[in-house]
Amino acid sequence: MKLREDTEVPLLDLELGEGGTIGHISLPAADQQFLMRVGFVPGVQVKFSRRAPLGDPSVYSVDGTEVALRAETASRIMVRRGWFSPLGELA
Amino acid sequence: MNCHSTESSIVTIPEAPEHPGREISTVALIGPPNSGKSTLFNRLTRLRQKVGNYPGVTVEQRVGLLAGRGREIRIIDLPGVYSLTPYSEDERVALNVLTGHMDGLPRPDAILLVLDVTHLSRQLVLAAPVIALGLPTLVLLNMADVFAKGGGSLDVLKLAVELGAPVAMVSATQETGLDAVDRFLRQDLSHNPSSLLPVLPTLQDVPQCRKWATQVGGRIDYQKHLPSVWSRRLDDVFLHKYWGPLIFLIVVGAVFQTVFGLGQPMSTAFQDLLTKLGLHLAPLIPAGVLRSLLLDGLWKGVSSVLVFLPQILLLFFFIGLLEDSGYLARAALISDRTMRAVGLNGKAFIPLLSAYACAVPAIMATRTIENKRDRIATILIAPFMTCSARLPIYTLLIAAFIPDRPVVGVLLGARACAMLSLYVLGFLMAIATAKLLKSSVLKSAAAPFVLELPDYRWPTFQSIGIRLLDRGQVFLRQAGTVILAVSLLVWVLTNIPLHNGHLPQLEQSVIAHLGHGIEPLIRPLGFNWKIGIGLLTSIIAREVIVGTLGTIYGTDPATRAMTLQNALRQDLTFAGAMALLVFFAFAMQCTSTLAVVRRETNSWKWPAIQFLYMTTIAYAAAFAVNQILSAMLK
Repeated sequence: MKLREDTEVPLLDLELGEGGTIGHISLPAADQQFLMRVGFVPGVQVKFSRRAPLGDPSVYSVDGTEVALRAETASRIMVRRGWFSPLGELA
Repeated sequence: MNCHSTESSIVTIPEAPEHPGREISTVALIGPPNSGKSTLFNRLTRLRQKVGNYPGVTVEQRVGLLAGRGREIRIIDLPGVYSLTPYSEDERVALNVLTGHMDGLPRPDAILLVLDVTHLSRQLVLAAPVIALGLPTLVLLNMADVFAKGGGSLDVLKLAVELGAPVAMVSATQETGLDAVDRFLRQDLSHNPSSLLPVLPTLQDVPQCRKWATQVGGRIDYQKHLPSVWSRRLDDVFLHKYWGPLIFLIVVGAVFQTVFGLGQPMSTAFQDLLTKLGLHLAPLIPAGVLRSLLLDGLWKGVSSVLVFLPQILLLFFFIGLLEDSGYLARAALISDRTMRAVGLNGKAFIPLLSAYACAVPAIMATRTIENKRDRIATILIAPFMTCSARLPIYTLLIAAFIPDRPVVGVLLGARACAMLSLYVLGFLMAIATAKLLKSSVLKSAAAPFVLELPDYRWPTFQSIGIRLLDRGQVFLRQAGTVILAVSLLVWVLTNIPLHNGHLPQLEQSVIAHLGHGIEPLIRPLGFNWKIGIGLLTSIIAREVIVGTLGTIYGTDPATRAMTLQNALRQDLTFAGAMALLVFFAFAMQCTSTLAVVRRETNSWKWPAIQFLYMTTIAYAAAFAVNQILSAMLK
């Protein structure tokens, strides 16, 4: 996957196995804070690691943990594309 | 200095003072979800929990006693939280306890902060607001064994300096490093060097907290461990597109099959034992009023409820197993899609599954649902799930009225079918109610659904054992107090007024007058006055009806020699018995549930609505069943 650093896309648009860096979260402040506390902090790397058997929610690797989000939430989290392994090296 | 980590080291703890000053008497245990906090609590307190609140998922603060040096220290286990800004109910509870605003709990003198060292950069965010409270705090970096095995390391000493608090590496499962806790708790509070607090980032701003945590991570030479490959591989199977749901259904099915397949014979054997015990004790008591009171009244009442202990423990055993292993989170993920169809989210799955054991811990487990309206909806539907307190009356009536005939070959008999239908009935009513609530009064904007998938862990028999012991105690306490008292009351009412110094005929007793008083109301449902008394007493708890019927039929000379099953078969029509089953499937007969709903929603409004709604539905459904079946069987 090529790095396209300038444009942010919704987390939802990542391909399975693709990674990126979290940017803006367009949700009410309280929800934003909550997402940040479980790991979705701007600047942190995230990877789309798994889809739930029934298609939704999806599981994302963030900060070394696996966190599931529904599509409606993943569509509000913007990411800059770029594949990183959970350990932080460029793949 | 970067291989400082794996030893169970502790730093900057003041030495025990020579002159005894103010000692620590209450300490709070706090940490993010999945930090291994509950395991640590169990290890620290062993089985010394004094107020063992309801087990199930940890959402209630639990108070245990820690064996200190020659004195006892109260240790409060707080729910798992990510922060102290009250976003969810859990965080509000944690903050209230730590600041001394929780009724009935003293403000803690010190804090044990548990962080999962394998995810330190994220978990450290909680350290800032907790340490900023200014109480003496010991930071416990848990899962040191996993961390070391995965090649992680950090400089404990540097972290202690960064936080201005002592830090210890521990492993709750391996029980290493726990001596640090002991030393920490022996400190003298009057020597507390709180002035050494470093400047920590403000509470509210998460990115700033994170930046700080990352910087700290760099300064303490934090090296991440390699993530668990095993968990990912297991998830490849358990969350597989086809295998995942299949395994999910097999797991849920297997739990029920075992609870009934294995639990039923266990209960029957236990019942035989209790009956024999009663028969052996009978000759030791002089015949007359005393024997009647002890055996017909109390023993029959209490033992008819006691027999369900094996089944209840089995159910809690499986829930413990699923939760401790980490599978429950996967189950929530798989079921989220389905739960959403009725307007709830996957997190409601865990409370609703526990509601099959008991609605009380289930309602407390709803605190993990951040959205208040979703939470209330889940609370309101939880009592429709077939809880274990319904099993006594279900089993009794099914055994008495449904013949033991095969329906689907040898796999499913008529009785199992009847039992299953009652479970389905409750479940459907729960779904219909959820749908109704979420499309009307409890409609809400979708709050983000966030579910963490912890690494799989081996459940330890010790931690499951502690839960079972807790649950068993709660059940026995109930049988020994409430059910005993109700049995006594029913026996007394059955045996007064005395006629010329003799016990009255049942029809002349106070209880018969009471029963006949309410009979017009329940006659259309196919119930006689004895059932009516059972309905009255079972408002306290569903299983009480069996004890009450045991006492009434046991005192009545006409049915004294019969088993309760036979007595009921003689006294109740088939339509009436079916109506009674349906009534119990829907009715809200549990004061503990009402009390916990009142506490959790902080108003009388919701429990009142719940009681009226459920009882009305139960009455209407029982009425319909009795009328239709009676007409059909004519």
